[in-house]
Formats: sequence, structure tokens, C-alpha cells
Amino acid sequence: MRRLSPFNLVSLALGLAFLYVPILILVVYSFNASRLVTVWGGFSTRWYVALMQDRALQEAALTSLGIALASATLATVLGTLAALALTRLGRFRGRLPFAAMIYAPLVMPEVITGLSLLLLFVAVGFERGAATVTIAHTTLTMCFVAVVVQSRLAGFDRSLEEAAQDLGCPPLRTFLTVTLPVIAPGIAAGFLLAFSLSLDDLVIASFTTGPGATTLPIRIYSEVRLGVKPEINAVCTIFIAVTAVVVILASLATRRAERREAVSS
Amino acid sequence: MPDVTDRRTSPGERLIVALPYLWLVAFFLVPFLIVGRISLSQTAIAQPPYTPVLDLSAGLSGIADFVRALSTETYGLIASDDLYLFSYLKSLQVALVSTAILLVIGLPIAHAMARAPARLQPLLVVAVMLPFWTSFLIRIYAWMTILQHDGLLNQALLALGLVDTPPVWLATDTAVIIGIVYSYLPFMVLPLYASLQKLDETLMEAAADLGCPRWKSFWLVTVPLILPGVGAGCLLCMIPIVGEFVIPDLLGSSETMMIGQTLWTEFFSNKDWPVASAIAVVLLVLLVGPIAGYEALQSRQIREGR
Amino acid sequence: MPRAVAPTPARPAGRDARPAGDRAEKHRPMVRFDTVTRRFADVTAVDRLGLDIREGEFFALLGPSGCGKTTLLRMLAGFERPDDGRILLAGEDIAAVPPWQRPVNMMFQSYALFPHLTVAGNIAFGLKQERLPRPEIDARVAEMLRLVRLEGLGGRRPHQLSGGQRQRVALARALAKHPKVLLLDEPLAALDKKLREETQFELMALQERLATTFVIVTHDQEEAMTMADRIGVMNHGRLAQVGTPAEIYEQPRSRWVAGFIGDVNLIDGTVAAIASDGIEIADAAGRRFRAAGAPPVQTGDAVTLAVRPEKFAVATGADAAGADVAGAAPVNSVAGKVADIGYLGDISVYKVRLDDGTVLKASVTNAHRHTTPAIGWDDTVRLSFPPAAAAVLTE
Repeated sequence: MRRLSPFNLVSLALGLAFLYVPILILVVYSFNASRLVTVWGGFSTRWYVALMQDRALQEAALTSLGIALASATLATVLGTLAALALTRLGRFRGRLPFAAMIYAPLVMPEVITGLSLLLLFVAVGFERGAATVTIAHTTLTMCFVAVVVQSRLAGFDRSLEEAAQDLGCPPLRTFLTVTLPVIAPGIAAGFLLAFSLSLDDLVIASFTTGPGATTLPIRIYSEVRLGVKPEINAVCTIFIAVTAVVVILASLATRRAERREAVSS
Repeated sequence: MPDVTDRRTSPGERLIVALPYLWLVAFFLVPFLIVGRISLSQTAIAQPPYTPVLDLSAGLSGIADFVRALSTETYGLIASDDLYLFSYLKSLQVALVSTAILLVIGLPIAHAMARAPARLQPLLVVAVMLPFWTSFLIRIYAWMTILQHDGLLNQALLALGLVDTPPVWLATDTAVIIGIVYSYLPFMVLPLYASLQKLDETLMEAAADLGCPRWKSFWLVTVPLILPGVGAGCLLCMIPIVGEFVIPDLLGSSETMMIGQTLWTEFFSNKDWPVASAIAVVLLVLLVGPIAGYEALQSRQIREGR
Repeated sequence: MPRAVAPTPARPAGRDARPAGDRAEKHRPMVRFDTVTRRFADVTAVDRLGLDIREGEFFALLGPSGCGKTTLLRMLAGFERPDDGRILLAGEDIAAVPPWQRPVNMMFQSYALFPHLTVAGNIAFGLKQERLPRPEIDARVAEMLRLVRLEGLGGRRPHQLSGGQRQRVALARALAKHPKVLLLDEPLAALDKKLREETQFELMALQERLATTFVIVTHDQEEAMTMADRIGVMNHGRLAQVGTPAEIYEQPRSRWVAGFIGDVNLIDGTVAAIASDGIEIADAAGRRFRAAGAPPVQTGDAVTLAVRPEKFAVATGADAAGADVAGAAPVNSVAGKVADIGYLGDISVYKVRLDDGTVLKASVTNAHRHTTPAIGWDDTVRLSFPPAAAAVLTE
């Protein structure tokens, strides 16, 4: 096995340090007894206790989770269909604008997407709230799902489907019993991505939400604008812990699945 | 052999395309048309806060009135007021500077990842991705803690004796660029890593065998081959940075705003929907070229991935 | 690669060595291609092709890549539709039958094993589509595992198997439904040489036992010669020749077939005389050759004489001297200098340059162990062959 040069090692170490040190600081100071975020006043879990009593924050978290779950589910279905259309249907009419609409939201500044969706909801007289945020998030995240699933489908051995049909399995059943299980890791990854993007979004949600549907990022943002607060550190730490566990588990599962296929292809 | 010449689309296949297609037309394409249409209106104290409003009940004459009342006045306003021009220029400047820094920082990291032992590489990818999965807002918040006046950075600088008086970080362009570089680093590293990893290592050996020193073969062999990855990474970062709102809002000063902030303020504070829409339209026109470039690179990569 | 097919006495001469005509002849065709055409965007992959494949026969479609053999197989499986013509299976037109209802099964080149199912799950897949009762499926899976000698591996996943084992799972899965015809698309291409040769004989034994019609697609002529009862040699979407391995090797119908199968010396000439027991051909240098048989030619026709390298007798020393004048030397005999020698162990191949620059290839079985080569570079040798060893080609 080749060795990393000193230059490579230093780049990696500095890069990872740059990525992780700020997060670590955040986590450490969430256990700070002092109210001053920058002065260490001993270990304490008081800010976590304080969170337990913050009803508004808990409600915001629940709203966010609900929206994330609903939009990620919808986005997974739509995104998977879009990926199938892009990889499987060859050059159908309108493929080019379709592909453009899939890739554009990936880089579109969020203020534009948010503003345009809000104007749509106003124009058609849609009452704004959790439902409109869900639609907005679905629109954005389905494109990410499509890209993730598409890369999975691109590596899919079409002869698996032919083999199933050859063995007496009609097309729809082939899709359900062969194609879907094989691309499932890609779909799961897409779902997770959509879920976390929705949970994370501030800008689009701010535009498209209405009274009564305050998401967690909106809530955190309104607190953060007023300055640094230790409770926020505690919220962030919980958030980081949950995502870290989920992402690590997911990547372990994907690696297992990939190893399984690496041999069979 | 792929068969594209005589494919018959079945009803099921049509449904597969139709669902996501209609969704995107309804919630992505149509909204843009509405933005365009509202940018041609004037602000009004009403609900919705702009005129004219299309009145279909008045029939054809209603449409005619509507069309006559549309104007490009808002665009004139945007063109005449330096505030907007500076805002656009500032956004472009911040985007270009941060993208350049991202590339300079990201390339060595991606290069080291690609050269790491094969079994370590998936782990490194997860390590680079992980911060991206934790909330965007949280990461900017972390930097607020570090960069504030009595924050950790200044504490460290004072303790090391590098400065006598703590410099101001927060509410400066430097803070904005640090925040952007930090947030977008995974988006730069991963495309670069993907193209570096695909690179056939024997190419470098062949170059060395033919008498080319390492540093030279990097420029002569590696760089030309990873250019699509570099392009994808740069565009993937630059385009959204131009319209960035949260980072400059939390880390930057309120004196010169980036265009995302200006749009936000016009919309939420000034309730001036037509101006906000016009800003969005102009921004979109500015970005249409880069977006098209990104899409071309993206579909090319997917084609080659097969 | 002369040694690939040269049936030197040491090696088995392929399937045709079995008692001839004992079963294939009396059966009706299992598969009939009736002027079938299949076009892709700008190429005609299969061009007005007609072919009968008999019941219980091991039939090989052989040809270079892109000759249309895989397309032909995929049309039989139902993955491609003919643009023109009919395909009959056991006498019935199967144009309207979708792949999942055809009583044929295919073994894929990539094996296409379902990665999310176990070995047993893969083999049971087709049986489950027929909604057979559970015990029957289990019994059939066990029978198939026994057949391909994979007992005890039913619970494994494909990624836990070796290449050879995966190949056998693919075979068992395709055979589990007792198809009328088993289609094999380059089934041995992914195996290494040694395993490939073993597997060839296993496949032959299996086919004989099951008496199922096998249609195999291959680009490997040795594979086709070894396994098949009959071979269809394809080129540019058409069948260049159909016949037993021996017919195709010994009586190629065209220069292309002669060159594609094995190694051959092609000597161009014109028909100089026609006798009752054969014809006499004169080449450009004035040499005369005799070929046995009565090919449909007339005096003056341009023909090509095909002589396999192993048909030559190579004489050295005093026997090699003497001029190539008709009459002075024995029939079908030419002298030349050894220009190149290839030692392959079991045989040696000599390239012999004649006076006019023509180069002929001759192979000699190395029956004895010799430390000093019997024939060296620049030696003068004499090549001769009996009239019955040459084939006359007009195409």
C-alpha cells in the first residue's frame, strides 16, 4: 500500500481540524456552567435541563420533524420516479427541460426558490403553514434524491431484470422484487439526505411558512440573531449527536451493501 | 445493445415521467413565471401587496387592463439605485474570493483523500460529509462563538501574544468568507475527490517513467484530467454563495449587504414584493450561464459514470 | 493460434466422435428462425436469417463480436423483437409471447445473480413465479443444487461464492424450470482457462443427461468445437455455414469460414483440368495442385485451395531436394526454406517460404522428445499433402 506524503498528511489533518474544531468547541461549551459562552465555568448540564422546559423550542422541533418526515417521504417517491425516468426511458420527449429542472434546484440560491414558491402560494390563494413548507421542501429535496438514486441506477446491471423476466416474472413484479431491493440503499440514502436537508432549511421555510408553523431552524435563527446563548449550544449538541449516529449507521449499511455487490457485478 | 430507436412508452412509463414532471412544473417552473410577472408590478398597500392583480372575471378587457398596467419601473429603480448595484457586486466579489479560497484549501485535502489507503477512503468521505449533515445554522453559530469580540479566537491570539488589542472579526467580510469557506468545504472537496479518485494512477507513473517530475506531472497530467471535477466543484459552491443569506446575515456587517440579504430585507422588512422579485430575476439572469455550465458538467459526469 | 483447433491425434476430436446421427436426425426442429431480420439504428444485426435447431441438440452460435449471434439469442429469449420474419418454438410462432411467458431460459454472460437473494432463493425465483407449492419448490431447488454439485451452499449469498460456483448457480437457476431450450450467452467467458475446459465437459455431460436443447453463443471456436453437436458460424448478421464441427473444419464453405475456424493456407489459382477423381489447379507461379472430390467448377474458374497446416507432410534432407516441376516431383509437393519456427510443446509450426515468396504454414506433431531440433532455420524442406486433404473454395 502506498504511503501518504507529509504534505498529504498535513493537508488532511488541517482540513479535518478546520471542519471539526468549531463543532467540538460548540459541544464542549454546551456543558459550560457559566452563562457567558466564552468563559469556562465548570461542567454542568443545566442548559439541557433548561431545554426540557422550553415548550416553544420543543414545539418547533416537532413541527420540523413532521415536515421533514412528510417532505422526505414525498421527495423519495418523486425523486426515485424522476431518476427512473432519466436513466430508463431513453430520450423521451421533454427530457432536456426535465433534466434541467432536476439539476437547477441543486445550485439555485435558496432566496430565489423560497421567494418564487411563496409568490405561487399567494397567487393561488394557498394558506401558508406546515403544508406549504412541506411542498417547498419536497420540491427542493426530490432533486437531491433523484441525483442520488440516479447514480445508483446507473451502476445497475440491467441483465438482472432480464434474468427475472426470463424466469417468468412480469415487468411490474420484476421492478418490485428485483430492481427495488437492489437500488434500496440508494433510495435510503436519498431519503436521509432529503430528511436532513428539510430539517436544516431556514431560508425556504421562512418564505413559505405561515403563522403557527415555526420550524426549529426558524426558532434557532430568531434566538441566534440576538446573540450567543448556551441553550442554543445544548440544542445544537443534541442535533449533532443524532445526525452523527444516523449518518454513521447509514454509511456502514451502505458499505455493507456495496461490498455485497462489488463481487456480483 | 441499448435500444432507443423504436421504444414504445407504455402508460406505466408515462406515469413515471408525469408525476415528477408535473410536480416540478407546478412548483419550480410556474413560480419563476410568477416572480417574473410580479417584478413587472408596482408595490401597493393591499393584499396581495402589489398591483395590478389579474381580474379574470372582467374577461378580455380585464386581461388588456392588466397587461397595460405592467411596467418595467422596478427594473429602472434597481438600475438607478447604487444600493442594488453594490449589493450585486459585493455578492459576486464574496463568491469569487471564497470559491478561490475553497479551491486552494479543497484541492490538497481531496488529493490527500484520493491517495489515502483504499480501506480508509470511505471513512474519510464520511468524515468530510459529516459536518454537512449537521445543521448549517449550527455551524455558523459555532463560528459566532469563536469570532465574537471576547471569543476563543481573540483569547487565543492574546494568550499567544500575537496581538495586543483584540481585532474585530464579527461583522466583517473576513468573518463572512470564513463562514462560507467552512460551510461549503464539503461541496468543493467531494467533487474534486471523485475525479481525483477515478484518475488512473499509472498515468502518473507513466509520466514519471517518461522523465516528468512529480510537481510537473501534476500540472501536465492530473490537472487537465480533473478539470471537469474542478469546474463542477467551483460552480456547485459559487452559484449558491452569490445568493447566500444566512452567513452574511449572522457573521457580516449590516452596512453593505449581499444580494440575498437585500432581497430578504425588501421582502420581509419593506414588504416590497415587486422589487424583491426584480432582484431575483436579475440574479437569475446573472446565474443562468453558470447554472447551465453546471448542468452540462453534471449530465456529462452521469453519462461517463455508466 | 493454430494449436487451438488443430485436431492432432493426441486430442479428442470434439463431439462428432460419438456415434453419428443417433438422435439429432429423427427429431422435428425445436427452434426455427424463418428469414428473421433485426435492425438497430444503423446496423442490421441479423439479416434475413434462416436456421433450424433440432430437439435435444447442443447447438453453438459462433462468430466474431458484433456478428449478431447475441441478438439472435436475445430474440429467442424475447428481449429483442425481430423486425421481419418469424421465430417458431416447437412449431409455434412466439412473436407475441413476452419473455416471462416463454418456455426458454437463459444463462447470462454476467450470470445476473440477484445479489439480495441467497443461492437457493435465486434458484427458486423462477419456480415461485409459477406459484408451485412450497415443498415442490424446495425439492426442485435441492435437486438442482445436487445437479450442479453445490449441496450445502443454498444459504450463501452470491458474493460469498467463487466465480465457478456463481457460474453453476446461474446454470441451476436457468435449468430449474425445465425449459424447452436453454440459452447460454458466453457462459464460460468469465472463467479462467483451466476451469473453462473442465466446465465444458461438465456442460456436455449435463446436456446429455437432461436431453434439453442447448443453444450456446460463443466467440471461442475451441469451445464451440468441443461442446456442440452442430455449429452455426455467423458473420455480418448471416449464417456463413451450419454443420458439425468436423464438417466446418474439414469442408469450410468459404474462404472466410476456413480462415475463421482454425489455421489455414489459402492458395489462389485457376482450374486447369477436371478428372473423374478430382480437379487440377494451377497457381500464379505455375505450380500444379490436385484436389479430390467433384466441386461444382469448370475449367478456367478462379478457385482457392484450402490446406490446413497439419495436413502437410514435412520432409527434410535429401527428400527435400529436387525441382518443383510437375511430373518430376510427387503430387502436391513444394519445396522452400524455413523462415520461422514456433515451438508449442505438443506441435511445432513452421513457416516455409517458397521460391516465389509465398509463405505456407505447416505443423508437425512432436511425437518424440528431441533435444536438438530436427528442422532448423533456413533448412530446405519439402511440403506435401494428399489430394483428399485439400478443400476447394469458390466463395
